[in-house]
Amino acid sequence: MIRAWLMQHGFVFFHTFKRLASSPVTVLLSITVMGIALSLPTGIYVLMENLQSVSGQTASSPQISLFLKQDAKKEDIDKVQQRLKEVSQIVNYQFIPKNVALTQLQQSSGTTDIAANLAHNPLPDAFIVYTREHTSDFLEQLRLVMQSWPEIAHVQFDSAWIDRLNALLKLGRSLVLMLATLLSIAIIAIMFNTIRLQILTKRDEIEISKLIGATDSFIRRPFLYFGAIQGVSGGIAAWLIIMLGIDVLNRELAQFVQLYDFNIEIQHLSLQDSISLLLFSAWLGWLGARISVANHLWQIEPK
Amino acid sequence: MITFKNVSKRYPDGYTALNNVDLAVESGEMVFLTGHSGAGKSTLLKLIAAIERPTSGVIAISGQNIAQLKPAAIPYLRRKIGFIFQDHKLLFDRNVFENVLLPLQISNFDNNTAASRVRAALDKVSLLKKEKVMPITLSGGERQRLCIARAIVHRPTILIADEPTGNLDVDYARDIMAMFRSFNQVGVTVLIATHDASLLEDTQHRILSLKQGKLAA
Repeated sequence: MIRAWLMQHGFVFFHTFKRLASSPVTVLLSITVMGIALSLPTGIYVLMENLQSVSGQTASSPQISLFLKQDAKKEDIDKVQQRLKEVSQIVNYQFIPKNVALTQLQQSSGTTDIAANLAHNPLPDAFIVYTREHTSDFLEQLRLVMQSWPEIAHVQFDSAWIDRLNALLKLGRSLVLMLATLLSIAIIAIMFNTIRLQILTKRDEIEISKLIGATDSFIRRPFLYFGAIQGVSGGIAAWLIIMLGIDVLNRELAQFVQLYDFNIEIQHLSLQDSISLLLFSAWLGWLGARISVANHLWQIEPK
Repeated sequence: MITFKNVSKRYPDGYTALNNVDLAVESGEMVFLTGHSGAGKSTLLKLIAAIERPTSGVIAISGQNIAQLKPAAIPYLRRKIGFIFQDHKLLFDRNVFENVLLPLQISNFDNNTAASRVRAALDKVSLLKKEKVMPITLSGGERQRLCIARAIVHRPTILIADEPTGNLDVDYARDIMAMFRSFNQVGVTVLIATHDASLLEDTQHRILSLKQGKLAA
């Protein structure tokens, strides 16, 4: 029974391919349309993923500055150092004594005159702390902890740019979501119409099958297969479009980056994301076909 | 096997095709249904396969009231029946073999069993040599035989034929009637609607005649 069922499905699967091959131009066109529709949100998603990983790398630049009290002594510095070692999320830290800070200030252009005219060093000793996580929530929490240490006068971190980047990524994400939703609906509509036309041309077959005892699921099956297979094909087309796009961008980027002497490359969709894309596109095709079949099949009742 | 009790069928346009029909066909019986066109023969046959639903009355097939059958159960009723349609209902985009295969695909037969059954059915109607031919190239008699092969391939317990000799000449018609008799001899209940009086001249089988939606005695 199970074997017969499998054979039945294999048969329908094979016939769906035959049917796809029998009208290659139409099928290629709709696969292309689906591919382009899917590649838009997926492409933006890929770029955002890349941007995020780049931001992750850059974010390992100074995160938090700890300014000790002006009258901090050697023991105080040691205590802070001890405390920093105990916080597990801290990857690394660097101590900048007040005299080094002053020299740096004197060296930096524009402030030389001011620094030279100072009677005594107004700068405190400071630590620069590098953390594992870069979310503003985490940083804010850490800041509060450090602020409570008695040796610390002031904790500062420049979260503005992280906030801005995160806001931008969030915006990008809702853009992707919006595009994906709209284009998914478009794909479902395309599939709905494709299947509607197929049902019309297969009217006789459906009617006769019903007359000789076909269940609804038997009649539905080839259309659902058709939808899913065309959906997957659309997904593959989208994947190829994105791969080609990234390839072109990377070639341009390589030239540009060479001039600035650093190395960066756009990463393609991960294996997991690729599989998700294919499954999702198959589901979209299936869903469009399912809705279409539900809407049109009942209209064909044998007489 | 097949029982009608007070069965009436009125179409939405007000036309009454059947009016209080009572009928009983025994298992293994062969019965002819006659009457002028429009007398309700086709409607009666379609009611048996639940292609039409009665307006009132009870239709029982093997004890099951099909007047109240749920839509999801209808396919399984139809698989017990072999129906030879007046307008053939062949698929012209498939060859002879594939046309006969359809009922078996629907019932989930595996490929090997199905193929041997299709060939056996085609052999019975002498179409085995034409299994690769498209139906459009068949003659009228051959198409009718193809319909018969498709109706018997899944070995139904009831065989229903609506005007099976409609446009055929006498020799062809006789051949086809002989086929029905041979199916009946192996135990199939056969119900044939015809307005062709010449078919009924020398038959020993029961003849039911319909007149304006009523069964005449």
